[in-house]
Amino acid sequence: MEGASELAVHARPQAAPLLSAGVGWRRRAVNTAMTVLIGGAFALAMIPLFSLLFEVAKRGIPGLSVEFFTSDARGVVGGGGAAHAIAGTLIITAVAAAISVPIGIMAAVYLNEYGTGRLRRGLTFFVDVMTGIPSIVAGLFAYALFELFLGPGIRLGVMGSVALSVLMVPIVIRSAEEVLKIVPDHLREAAHALGTPKWRIVTKVVLPTAFAGLVTGVMIAVARIVGETAPLLVTTGVVDSMNTDPFNGRMQNLAVYAYNEYRSPGVMKQAAYDHAWAAALTLIAIVMVLNVLARVIYRRYKTEIR
Amino acid sequence: MGRVFSGTALAAALAVLCLLGGVAVFLLSEGLPALTAGASELPGGKSFVDYAAPLAFGTVLAAAIAALVAVPLAVAVALFITHVAPPRLALTLGYLVDLLAAIPSIVYGLWGIFVLGPAAVPAMEWLQARLGFLPFFEGPASATGRTMLVAGLVLAVMILPIVSAVAREAFAQAPRRLQEGAQALGATRWETIRMSVLPFGRSSVISGAMLGLGRALGETMAVTIILSVSGAVSFNLISQANPSTIAANIALDFPESSGLAINALIATGLVLFAITMATNMAARAIIGRQAGAR
Repeated sequence: MEGASELAVHARPQAAPLLSAGVGWRRRAVNTAMTVLIGGAFALAMIPLFSLLFEVAKRGIPGLSVEFFTSDARGVVGGGGAAHAIAGTLIITAVAAAISVPIGIMAAVYLNEYGTGRLRRGLTFFVDVMTGIPSIVAGLFAYALFELFLGPGIRLGVMGSVALSVLMVPIVIRSAEEVLKIVPDHLREAAHALGTPKWRIVTKVVLPTAFAGLVTGVMIAVARIVGETAPLLVTTGVVDSMNTDPFNGRMQNLAVYAYNEYRSPGVMKQAAYDHAWAAALTLIAIVMVLNVLARVIYRRYKTEIR
Repeated sequence: MGRVFSGTALAAALAVLCLLGGVAVFLLSEGLPALTAGASELPGGKSFVDYAAPLAFGTVLAAAIAALVAVPLAVAVALFITHVAPPRLALTLGYLVDLLAAIPSIVYGLWGIFVLGPAAVPAMEWLQARLGFLPFFEGPASATGRTMLVAGLVLAVMILPIVSAVAREAFAQAPRRLQEGAQALGATRWETIRMSVLPFGRSSVISGAMLGLGRALGETMAVTIILSVSGAVSFNLISQANPSTIAANIALDFPESSGLAINALIATGLVLFAITMATNMAARAIIGRQAGAR
């Protein structure tokens, strides 16, 4: 208890703790060392972020061209574009969102407005657990599901959407629940006092009040799944040409495109690597835009509650 | 109408449960043929346990490296944001860390093999020269950087934001009065952190670490791209011969497989699902118990 007696004798209540004459040099040295260590750890953690963003920009920009965004890669060697992959990413993600958003928001409404007791607690627990499903497992699930009905070796855009939904639903529920929770109870009570039935309170008071937050949550959820590779690798397959029908045939997407350009670069290696990096850059740009847009929407349109 | 609405909400909530149950059921039904098949029918002519064990070993090894590196860093990052950095900056710094979580795993993979791997080669040669007597650094050091160590480090970067987010939340909630009390007794900032912040956040750090571990166990693309795989079971972290992981093995083999090989891959997916679910449930149970106690 050496430190304690030191504290008792030397503490100067009015002095700032660090400058106090009572703080021994050893304790001061430990404090400085730990502060530097903590700051250094933060700096160390930031190195990968900046290195990654820098490298993706540096290596991705050479691969960007009008062709990259406008043509597919059918029957070309080394050249071609990623328009089919970009279209595929948009379609697969949109279908996934169309599946996940209604389920996710209604489930959040149940958890926050209706659910009680053990069922509610159990559901919350399993939603949390679901956020930890590995993305490749979600892909295998979608494959197993469709294989059962459509036979082995099946590859469809919509299978990718189902796989992504498994990942997206818990994220939507989580964020929607957060937003519904901060809708103040006095709004519900005021509507209730006017004799409004519960479902009207939810649809006319709670959901509109939370709207900006719900949109933000959905956009962040989309940003989280738009760059998924593994579940699509096992469900949507690989293809060089444009396909816009999620219910018919293989469908390319940006993440799998980047992976394939890296993995099977063919004869024009550098061109393929450029494509991979350009696709990576495009993906990061999509994710960033979604994140920033989500924040802007929230700031601009959130309902002021006093 | 009210009945219909609340019924729809309940149905949606139950659908989520069915989804989770469905994942287990469909993986089981498609994986079962491989679990019951004889060794001669399976890929490589090995029994399923012999097939899956090296993969499970690689999965746990890579995730363990990631957690060992990421957890101390994440705790420091969380402390920096909540207790060291100027409060005005905290939000921005938190946003930067969250940015790490927003980057798609395929990009981490490309960065790992083209940037971090080559950069790590001299460091791994140094490890072999100086610490080669340890089984981890036995070598021969890979010349390409496609090693277990690099894969683990990239995984560490990927799980850092998850672990630090959980730790950050706990540290920010550490009771003010204890911290002010410590400061009033003349404690330095580090002493305040050590005596009143860290003990408060301990169980959150543990559960955050387990969430991170769960994520690292199931992470696919970064490992698929970075690791050069030989199927060897070894603790040697810096050589060219590495065990694969369950997830990476699925990503590598699934597109070209058919028949019973597909079933075998799905069965390994089931093993991965079981491992990650157990890890996650344990982590969530710790968080839940703590929230209940507060």
